Order: sequence, then structure tokens, then C-alpha cells
Amino acid sequence: MVAQALLEVRNLVKVFKSGMMGREIVAVDRVSFNIEEGEILSLLGESGSGKTTIARMILRLLKPTSGDILYKGRNIWKLKGRELIEYYRQVQGVFQDPYSSFNPIHKVDRPLLQALKNLQGIEGSEALKIIRETLRKVGLNPDEVLGKYPHQLSGGQLQRVSIARALLVNPKLLVVDEPVSMLDASTRIDVLNIFADLRDNEGVSILMIGHDISLSYYISDRIIILYKGSIMEEGETDAVLGSPLHPYTKMLIESIPRIEEKWGRKSRIRLDVDQKPTAMSGCKFLDRCPHAFNMCTRKPNLIRKDNRKIACWLYKNNYNQDIA
Amino acid sequence: MMLDRIMERHRETLILLRRNRKIKAGASILAVILAIAVIGPYTTEYGPLEYTGAIGEPPSSRHPLGTNTFGYDLYSQVVYGLRSSILIGLLGGILATAIGVLIGFISGYFGGIIDELLMMLTNIFLVIPTLALLIIIAAYIEHRGILIESVIIGLTSWPWTARAVRANTLSLRNREFVYLARMSGMPTRSIILREIAPNMLSYIIMVFILQFGGAILYAVSLDFIGLGPTKGISLGVILQQAVLWNAVQLGMWWWAIPPGLLIALLLTSLYVINTGLDEVLNPRLRRQG
Amino acid sequence: MELLRVEDLHVYYLTLRGYVRAVDGVTFTLTKGEVLGIAGESGSGKSTLVNYIILPKPPMVRVKGRIYYKGLELTGLAREELGKIRYKGISIIPQYAMDSLSPTKKVKRIILDLARGRSREDLIEKARERLKLVNLSERVLDMYPIELSGGMKQRVVMVISTLLDPDVLIADEITSALDVTTQRAVLEMIRDFKETGIIKSVIFVTHDIAALYQIADRIMVMYAGKLVEIGDADGVVGNPKHPYTRALIESLPRIGVRYKVKRLKGIPGSPPSLLNPPRGCRFSPRCSEALEKCRFEEPPETLVDGRRVYCWLYSR
Repeated sequence: MVAQALLEVRNLVKVFKSGMMGREIVAVDRVSFNIEEGEILSLLGESGSGKTTIARMILRLLKPTSGDILYKGRNIWKLKGRELIEYYRQVQGVFQDPYSSFNPIHKVDRPLLQALKNLQGIEGSEALKIIRETLRKVGLNPDEVLGKYPHQLSGGQLQRVSIARALLVNPKLLVVDEPVSMLDASTRIDVLNIFADLRDNEGVSILMIGHDISLSYYISDRIIILYKGSIMEEGETDAVLGSPLHPYTKMLIESIPRIEEKWGRKSRIRLDVDQKPTAMSGCKFLDRCPHAFNMCTRKPNLIRKDNRKIACWLYKNNYNQDIA
Repeated sequence: MMLDRIMERHRETLILLRRNRKIKAGASILAVILAIAVIGPYTTEYGPLEYTGAIGEPPSSRHPLGTNTFGYDLYSQVVYGLRSSILIGLLGGILATAIGVLIGFISGYFGGIIDELLMMLTNIFLVIPTLALLIIIAAYIEHRGILIESVIIGLTSWPWTARAVRANTLSLRNREFVYLARMSGMPTRSIILREIAPNMLSYIIMVFILQFGGAILYAVSLDFIGLGPTKGISLGVILQQAVLWNAVQLGMWWWAIPPGLLIALLLTSLYVINTGLDEVLNPRLRRQG
Repeated sequence: MELLRVEDLHVYYLTLRGYVRAVDGVTFTLTKGEVLGIAGESGSGKSTLVNYIILPKPPMVRVKGRIYYKGLELTGLAREELGKIRYKGISIIPQYAMDSLSPTKKVKRIILDLARGRSREDLIEKARERLKLVNLSERVLDMYPIELSGGMKQRVVMVISTLLDPDVLIADEITSALDVTTQRAVLEMIRDFKETGIIKSVIFVTHDIAALYQIADRIMVMYAGKLVEIGDADGVVGNPKHPYTRALIESLPRIGVRYKVKRLKGIPGSPPSLLNPPRGCRFSPRCSEALEKCRFEEPPETLVDGRRVYCWLYSR
């Protein structure tokens, strides 16, 4: 028996229409990947890469235009009633903005109590006990946050409450969308450490959406680099970020400001003319790529190359091989 | 209990509301006008359409606002007329707000084909020249009372509210806390009632104030062109008759100026209150303050 | 040559609950030809500080201190007087400038708003050249801001803010909403602008100390309305003296660092409320090296390796 991935994304496509007869924007373009049990996988991309759209589709908040998302082999868009509740008991999410993750008119207790009541059927003093335990687990003092309104807490505290909400039901998979990008640098790393501990101690799988390469490097087992809705490069963290092959990954890494060294005199970064993702026949990185050649007007497939997968014509030795 | 919680959360907002000069000024004017509408009719011995014997007399102690060509006491006409104008505004405003909120909310929350159909309907109503429609409807109904007039106004002035509420719902619906409520297994009904609706309350209040003023203005316009209530009196009807019988040319300023002034004051106070509310409740404006 | 001098500046916000002491005693100078970086987390007062220099407005209240630009005292000047200095002498790109470009005006119109008695043709001609410098085509002039991507808008804002060749360019968090590739391009443009003499010096404000390190000659670190450390960029980043700077830099993950190999630590707690800041050193409640007196007495200015540091560890 072949080991089944925890979550499989197959040929996922999302097209947004703007206006009634407006033009179509392809936000996610035939994306496939797996999330294995007990791993931290990072989807890295800049704005317009489709990373957040993918997260929302996995969380069943946005319907794909086509393609499937299978959780433990079952299509999540076919789940109904009890099965859907069971899905959210196993798959939970955390969003980027801690302030809009809480309804300003309710105390922060409410979403926590709601999650336990609706997903686990636990209420009353038992619920409160679990909530207090979970808040402590994410580094909060329950007495400092319970009974408070969102505007009485800091962004860092709110984000931890939001993480606690997701953890209340002991999920198997956590989808976290830019969970620390709105937090101050000095508190970011502690939140990331919570995720790392979850993976190590409880075997939780985590899909982290992000744009900060150093943060993803710090925490992830595997990395997927997205650009304009397509996967450019995918593999183990050390391989993809340590010795990148795709010209886009290389440009990304070249652009990171580092505190250990200053940039060289002049970069070769070409800026995008139009950042909106559109359906194109060729490689999406074509107009910014320093190595582009005639082959690149055709869309490269994601092929296996050594220890990673890559979609680039520079590595075309596996010419006829489709997605490995 | 719900209200208590909203109050708790909005304590700072309430302080700002009370401190806002525009709200203070507008609310004071509005309070005085409302008091006149409520108490006024009890302070006059004449009915609004009762012949007093004095014809076209200037203001005096017997007739504080004088009388008109038909011998009606204008003070009594104005206080009764104010009462019905405000009534029309309230009824028309409530109806327009209710329809607009309902259609806008359903459209924004459920989206898809429902949204497209409802917005098509809204757009049709939006481009129909409302005043022309009002004229046609009003002309067909022989016995028009205050109720009919406000229903006509309510049924024709909801579209922009529907569009605005739809946009508001759409943005709330896609807020993270609503997503999280869905992921917490909350039923749709409680998401709508407990998570989304309470956040729209202040917005709906502002919309209602605008609709209230709009309905009064529409009613005055209808009255002014002779399509107001067939029986009874309103501020618009007084103005219409004053113009019809050349009050200004005849030097009878007391026939036209007081009702006109009242309408202007009423609408101004509502507008000023709304601007003040916007300053306090709209976080973008508040930050600049 | 000294272009800008800020002396013991205290700028508070008046709110319903009292004064928020956003900037509470900051002193620094800016000399011709240098890029001064100001680093700090949210609520450090960095943005208030630089905005007050040329865009003071209520509810900001100056409680104490003075600001001089080439010997001219700016504090106390009327708004119109400051307006004359803006764009020509000191130009600021406020934090959300790229999102506040007027949506109903073409870029050309926005540029012409700067004309005020200058030749419109010359101005547009200059704008054309500058757009070329930032790799934008002159077609941009006839476009509306919504037709531009984030990176393009930010470059347009840069061109507008520097069109009158200001002595000082203040950039407040101009790269935080940009993608990394665009961020690097924008930072390099700022450097180019300074090297070609379009602008003479830069104050660059950001929470991203690594980005700052790439372009700043000197770095000033702020915490809770106070200056904690100021000195040459290599020193501040490579050998930080103040415990706050040190903890901040140690909490930054670097490429190649993974939690399995080296577990990093953040700074416990959160910044204090500036309505009622702690006595003594404002970092002391979160500081792992705090001494008894840190909690009661404000640390004096101390020179350590040619750097100004405000910490009792260096002053006995």
C-alpha cells in the first residue's frame, strides 16, 4: 500500500472575474502538491502569487474553479453536515491580521467557546479548563486575556489567542496564512517556535503561507516557491533555499536584506511591468528572467531534477517527463 | 444584554459622540423641531383647516404667524403640517431603509445568482426617474393620505441603500472573523445575526437618517407640485398654496417663510448630525481628527 | 555640513485618556551626504518623530525641544512657512503615500501640483528624466494611480517627492508593503538618487533593521519614544551595545538558520503603554540585564566606542 499524503492538492485552479463581464484573473494556475503528516511546508511567494487563495481553498472558504483538494483521500468539497464539522475538527487555520480575526463587538472568549461547542460539543467548566490550558500552551496568561475585548489586547496577544482557537480542537493540519507578518520582529520568532513545537511534540502538520524567506527557512521542512499562481520550485528547505536552481528563486534570495553582509554594488533585478496574474502561454517569469530564451514562450512543466522539482526550461534534460 | 456589550465596547465612541459639536448642534435643533411637532397642536385653539374669520392678517397676538387668504390660522397650519411632514419622513424613511437593508444584505451575503438578480432589480429602480414615477403613481391614486404618500416614497427610494448595504455586507462577510466563525462550525443563522448584523448597526442608523431627510424632501416636492395629500395639511402643501395664491407678491411673507424655514432647518439638522456621526463612527475620518 | 538638528524633542499626542508620549526627548543631527536610518518597532515613536519635522499637525503637540534646518528654526514656524520648505528643502514620503495618490488625477496632474510658479514644461521634462532613472516609461505620466502596481506607485511617489531636488529626503516605511525584489530595487534607487546628488541626505525609517543596514551610514534605534542607541551602521548591527538592540538583532532569523539547529528567542513581554510609561529605563521591564537602578532612574547618555548609548550598563 502506498502511503497516502495527509492532504493532496491536484491541478488546483482559481479564476476570479472582475465585474459582470470583466476580465478574468487566473490567481491559481494548475497547482499540485501534497502535505505529509508531521511536516511543516511553506508556500513562499510575493503578492499576486496566489498563496493566500490556495490557503482559503484548503480551508474550504473559497471554491476552486477546478481541481481537487483531497484530505485523507476524500474530496473536501463533497463533505456535508457532520463530515464538514469533522473536517474543521482536523483542519484549522490562522490568518494574517490579528485585529480583523476578532469581531470587535465580542469578547475574545466567544470564538474560543464557539469552536469547542460546535466542533467538540464541549461547554461549561470543562470548556473553560481546556481554553485556559491551550492559552498557556501558546505562552499567554489566561487571566490577562479572558474577558477582554479585542481592542484591549496587543496584536501579538491577539495572534496568540487566534492560534489557541485553532489548537483547541487538536487539529491534524494547521493552515497558517502569514501568521507573523503583522507582528513586531521581537515577538515573531516566539510565535514561530510555537508552530515548531507543535510539529515536534504533537506531530501536527503545518502549511505556512509566507513571503519572508528567512522565516520560512527557519521553520520549514519543505518549501514551495510560487510565482503568479504557478509553482516554480519545490523541495527540501536546504535544497531550494540553500542552493536554488530556478532563476526566480535566485532573484528572491539575492533580494533579501541580510544583517551579516551588505549587498553588492548593483543587482540585476528587473521589476515587473504588470503585477496582475494573467493566463499566459509561456513561463510566467519570462519578462523578468535574466536567462530567458526562445524555449520560454512555452509553459515549462514541473519536473524532477536531482533533489527537487523545478519548472524551468534551463533544466530541460527530463524533457518528456511530466510532473514527476 | 446585547446592548450593554455594545455600549461597553463603544464607551469611547459614546464620549466622542457626546463631544462632537456637529452632533450636539444638529441634535439640539432637531429636538426643538420635534418638540414643536409634538406639543404644537395642543397650543392652538384652531384646527389647521378651520376658518377663523380673519383673512390675510399679518402676525398678531391672536394669530402668531398670521392668517392666509382663506382665513386659516398659519401657526396652526405649520404645527400640524410639521407633524405630518415628520410622520411621512419617518414612515417613508423606515420603509426605504428596511427594503434597502434587506435586499442589500441578502444580495451581499449570499452572492451568486441571487445577487445578480437583486442587483439587476436595484439598478432598474435606480435609473427610473423617481420623481416622474412618483408623479405618475400619485396622479393615479385619487384619495391620497399621508400613509399612501410615505409608502410611495418608501417604495421608490431604497435602491441606493441596497447598493451601499450590499457593499458593506460584502466587506464584512469577507472579514477574517467571519471566516473563523465558519471554521468554528457556527451555523449560518448565528453568523448573520451575531457576527455580521451587529457590526452594521451604526451604518444602518446613518443610512436611516439620510433616508428620513430624503423622504421629507420628496414629500415636500410632491406636495409642492400639487400631488400631496388630498386631505389634510403638510409643510409642502402650505408652501404650494402660498405660491398658488401669490403670497409673496401680495406681501404675505408669513405664509411662505415659516414653513420654508422649518423645512430647511429640519433637513440641515439631519445632515449635520449625519456628518457628525460619520466623523465619529468612520475610523478613517476619526484618525485625522 | 549639518543639515538638520533635532534637540531634545518631545512630541505627545493629545487623546481622551491623556497624553501619549510618542517622542520623549530625542536628539540627533543629520549631515550632508549621509543616510541616517531610524529603526524601531511599532509604537517606538519613529514615525511621529520624522513626521513632526516637516508635517506637524494636531493631535501632535510639541511639549519641548527644537528642530533646526540649516540653522533655521522650524519649530514654531507657521504651516505656510513650512510648506515653502517642503519638497525643496525637506521632502517626506509618508508611510502610506503610495496609497494616497489622488485616484482621479493622472500622474502628470499630480506632478504639476508642485509647479507653483515654476515652468510647467521644465517640470514635466525633469519628471520624464527621473522616471527613466527609476526604470519607468514616460507613459506613466498619462496614467492614473490605480493603473500602476505597488512597486510602480512607490517609484512614482519617489520621483514626485524628489523632483525639486530636496536637501533632505525623509522616507517613512516606504518599502514595508513591497515585495522583496521590489524592495531591493527601491532601496537601490534611493542610494542612486543620493549618489547622483539629486538628494543630499536621507532619513530612512523602517522596522526592518536588515533593510536599513543595506543603505544606512548611521543607525538610530528607538524604543518606546526614546532613543536607545545611535552610531555607525556596522557598529550598531555588528556589535550592538544596548540590550534592546542586541535582543532585537538576535531574534532575527538569518538565511541558513533553522530552528532544529539553533532555536532563536524573541524578547519577552510587549512594549509599554506610552500613556503611562514605566519609570527609569523604558526597556527595563523586558530587559534580561536590568539592574536595580534601571527601574527608577533614566539612563544618561554614554559614549561607547564612539556611539551614543542610553543604558546604565555603560555608565557607572
